[in-house]
Amino acid sequence: MPFAPTFRGLRDAVPPQRRHLILLSTLLALGSIAACAGPFPQSTLSPTSDFGHSIDHLFRGIFWWAVGVFIVVEGILLYSVIRFRHRDGAPAPTQHHGHTTLEIAWTLAPALILVFIAVPTVQTIFATAKAPPGSLRVEVIGHQWWWEYRYPDLGIVTANELHVPVGKPVSVDITSVDVIHAWWTPKLGGKRDAIPNHHNEISFTADSVGEYMGQCVEYCGASHANMRLRTFVDTDSAFQAWVAAQKAVPSLPATGSPEAAGRAAFQKYGCIGCHTVAGYSNGPIGPNLTHVGSRSMIAGSIMMNTEQHLRDWIANPPGMKPGSIMPNLHVSGPDLTALIAYLQSLK
Amino acid sequence: MSEATGLKSWLTTTDHKRIGKLYFWTAFVMFLIGGLEAELIRIQLAKPENTFVTADTYNQLFTMHGTTMVFMALMPLAAAFFNYIVPLQIGARDVAFPRLNAFSYWVFLLGTVFMNASWLLPHHPAPDGGWFGYATLTEKQFNPGPNIDFWLLGLQILGIASLAAGFNFIVTILNLRAPGMKMMRLPVFSWMTLVTSFLMITAFPVITVALVFLMFDRVFGTHFYLPSAGGDPVLWQHLFWLFGHPEVYILILPAMGVVSEVLPTFSRKPLFGYTVVVYSGVLIGFMGWGVWSHHMFSVGLGPIADSVFALTTMLIAIPTGVKIFNWLATLWGGQIRLTTAMCFALGFIGLFTIGGLSGVTHASPPADLQQTDTYYVVAHFHYVLFGGTMMGLFAGMYYWWPKMTGRLLSEPLGLVHFWLTFIGMNLTFFPMHFTGLLGMPRRVYTYSHDLGVDDMNMVSTIGAVILGIGMIVFVYNIWRTRKHGAVAGPNPWGGATLEWSIPSPPPVHNFDVIPNVTSRLPLWDSSPAPKAPPGHIHVPGGSWWPMVAAAGLPLMALAPLTHTLWIVFVGGAVLIYGIYRWAYEPFEV
Repeated sequence: MPFAPTFRGLRDAVPPQRRHLILLSTLLALGSIAACAGPFPQSTLSPTSDFGHSIDHLFRGIFWWAVGVFIVVEGILLYSVIRFRHRDGAPAPTQHHGHTTLEIAWTLAPALILVFIAVPTVQTIFATAKAPPGSLRVEVIGHQWWWEYRYPDLGIVTANELHVPVGKPVSVDITSVDVIHAWWTPKLGGKRDAIPNHHNEISFTADSVGEYMGQCVEYCGASHANMRLRTFVDTDSAFQAWVAAQKAVPSLPATGSPEAAGRAAFQKYGCIGCHTVAGYSNGPIGPNLTHVGSRSMIAGSIMMNTEQHLRDWIANPPGMKPGSIMPNLHVSGPDLTALIAYLQSLK
Repeated sequence: MSEATGLKSWLTTTDHKRIGKLYFWTAFVMFLIGGLEAELIRIQLAKPENTFVTADTYNQLFTMHGTTMVFMALMPLAAAFFNYIVPLQIGARDVAFPRLNAFSYWVFLLGTVFMNASWLLPHHPAPDGGWFGYATLTEKQFNPGPNIDFWLLGLQILGIASLAAGFNFIVTILNLRAPGMKMMRLPVFSWMTLVTSFLMITAFPVITVALVFLMFDRVFGTHFYLPSAGGDPVLWQHLFWLFGHPEVYILILPAMGVVSEVLPTFSRKPLFGYTVVVYSGVLIGFMGWGVWSHHMFSVGLGPIADSVFALTTMLIAIPTGVKIFNWLATLWGGQIRLTTAMCFALGFIGLFTIGGLSGVTHASPPADLQQTDTYYVVAHFHYVLFGGTMMGLFAGMYYWWPKMTGRLLSEPLGLVHFWLTFIGMNLTFFPMHFTGLLGMPRRVYTYSHDLGVDDMNMVSTIGAVILGIGMIVFVYNIWRTRKHGAVAGPNPWGGATLEWSIPSPPPVHNFDVIPNVTSRLPLWDSSPAPKAPPGHIHVPGGSWWPMVAAAGLPLMALAPLTHTLWIVFVGGAVLIYGIYRWAYEPFEV
C-alpha cells in the first residue's frame, strides 16, 4: 500500500469531527460574499410590495425554525461523534434498542414546530389569494420568448416592460399562447405560471417607485434564459403620462426623412406581417412595436435599447437569441439604418 | 462448486450477485457520464454570458444530467445493492425469479443505451425538454426533432426494468426469508428495499401512462396535453409528479436503509428504535403519494389545494425527522469507528438534514412562489439527492465492497474521497441557496452580470471541480483495490446481519446451510455454530432468453422514433419469441 502513509498523515491532520467546522466556515465565507456584492436587482430578500413583504415575513419565520432544528441536529451529531469515538480497551457499549418516551417526544416536537409554520402559511395563502376591488387590471401573455402586456381598461398593448402606479393595487392575469412560462418580478412578490388556456392571478401593491428586473422562470425552450422583463413602478403622474403616450397613435414621418424610408423598409422586409404598429400594421405574432422607441430594453429585455443593439438584433436575431422566431431577414446597409431610425422614432 | 467464467457466463447469468455487479458497473459508468454533464454545466455557468456551450447543447446537458442521474445512475446503483445484498441479508440462495432479474438488467442496459445513443447521431439530438418534460414544450409543434422521442421511449423502456425488478424484490423479500426471519427481524436495508419496490410497481405505471399519452400526441396527433383541442398541459404535470414524488422516495429510502445498516455496525450498537424506523419508512412510502402538488404551487391550483398539499408535505417531515433522531440516538453512547463508510453515513445525516429543512421552507406555498424554479430549489434537492442519496450509496459501496469483491477499498484513499466529496458538495451547492434567493432561475444557459451572482456561481463551479477530483480518487481506489486491496474475510467490520456470516465474495449458492434466524442481529446475539458442508445444492443455470426478450423492447421503440411501422412487429416478434423460449426452457442448462 504505497499511498497509505501519506494519506494517513493527512487523515490525522484533519480529524473527521472537524468537518462541521469546515461547513460552518464555508457558510460564513459565503455569507460574507453575499453581503459584500450587490446590488441584487432580482433579490427575493428585499421586497417592495405588500405581496413580497408577506412572503418575506413568512419565509423568515420558517427560516429561524429551520436554523433552530439545524443547530440541534448538527450539534447532537457533532457531539456524539466526538464524545463517543471508539477508544481501545473501552467496554462494549450498552445495547439500547429504543426508548418509547424519547421516541414519542421527538415525534411530537417536529409536529409542534410545524403548527407554527402551517398556521401562518395557510393565513398567507388566503390573504394573498384575491386582488382587492378596484385594482388596475393587467393581462400578461407569455410568448416564446417575450411578454405581451394588455391593460383591458386602458386600451393599451405593449411588450416586455410593464408600468404600474405606486401605491395602487394591481391585479395581474397571467396566461400563455404557446408553452408554459412563469412571470416573475422577484421584488414585487412571487411568480405564477403562464399556462395556455389557464388564467392565473397575482396581485400586489408596489410601495416604492423604481425599475425592477424579472424574468421567465419556467423552462420554455431554447431561449428561456433570454426571456426577461422589466417592471416600472411610476409615480401616479408619471404613470398617467405614460398611459397618455401609449394611447397616442404615432405620427407619420415627414416624406423623404430616414424615418419614412424606414417605415417603407418595415413593409418591404415583411415586418408588418408579425408586428403591430398602431395606424400602420396589424401583425399578431411578435411584440407590438407602436411605442418601441420609448422602451428601455429590446429583444425580450436582454439588451439596452440603443442604436447599436438594434442593429445587432435586426441583423441577426437567432444569433442574439437562440431559437428566435424572428428570422434573419438579411436587412443591411441603408435599409437597416433607416429601419432603426423609424423604430427609434416610435416613442 | 466452482463458478463459471468467461463472457458467456456473464451474458447468460441469472445469479443475483453477478446481476448486482452488472447493475453496479453500468450505473456507475452512467453516474460518471451524468457527472461529466454536470461539470460541463458548471463550466458554462462559471461566469455570466459565457459561450462555452450553445443554448441548445446546454438544454440537452441539464435534461440528460437530471434524467441520467435519476433513472440511469441513482436508481440502478440502489438496485445493485438490492440485487447483491438483499438475498444475502434474508438468508436466500437467489431472488425469487432469477431470469426475470436478468431481464430487468438487460432492459435497463438497453434503455440506457437507447436514450444515450441520441448523443452520437449527427447534430446530437439528445433530449432537451428537461427531466420533467413539461407539455406543451415537449409536443411536436414546439419540439419537432427526435430529441423528445428518444426521451419518452427510453423512459418507457427503463420503466419496464423497474417494474420487473420491483415485483421480483417484493416476492423475494416476502417469500424467501430464512426460517425465523420474521418481518420485524428483517434488516432495515431489506425493509427499505421492500418499501421502494412497492413504490416502483405503483409509481412507474403512472409515468408510463403520461409518456404513452405524450407519445400518442407526438406520433398519432392526439391532444392529451394540447389546449388547442381541449387537452390540458397541467394533466401532464399531475401525472408526472404523481409519479415524481414517490420517485423521490424511491431514490432516498434505499440510502436511508444503507445508513441504518452502517451506523449500528460502526457504533457497535443496535439501531435505536428499529420498529419506529421501519414504520417511518413505510409511512413515508404511503405519505409520498399525497404530496405531489407541492411541485406545482406556481401552477395556480387555488388556495384550498395549495393549503392541503402544504399540510401533507409538512406532515411527511415528521417521520423523516423521527428517522434522523433515531439515527442520532444510535450513535449516542456507542463506540464510533470513523471508517470511510461511517463518514459517508454521518455525512448523510448532516447534509440530508439541510436538504430536509430547506424542503420545509418550500412546503409553504407562498414562500415557494419566490423559491420554485430558482437555484434555491437546485440547492435543496442536491442536498437531498447528493448529500442524502449519494452519500448513503457511497457508504454502501465502502461497506459492502469487501463482501462483493473479497477485498477492502483503501481506507486512507477512501477518506480523501470522502473529504473531497464533502467539501466539494458544500462548496457547489451551498452558495446556490443564495444564488436562488437572489433571483437566478434554474435551467438558464446564461445569466446577466447585473444579477450580482457571478462570485457565487464561480464558487459553485470550483466546488464541482473538487467533486470531480474526489471521483477520480474513488475510481483510482477501485482500480487499485482489484489487486492490492487487503483481503477482507467474511466479516471485516463486525457486522451483525447474515451477509457477514458467509465468505467474501460468497459462493454461487450463498449459504452452505440456510441459517435459522433467532434475532434481529444474528451475528451479535449468537455465534452460529459451523454447519456440516451440504450435499448437492441446486443452483439455476444461465439463460440467453431474458436478454433476447429484452432486445425486443428497444427494437419496438425504433418504430415510433423513425416513424416506420413494420419495425414494431420485428421488435414484438423478438420479445415474444424470447419470452416463449424462456417459458419452455428447462432451467438447468
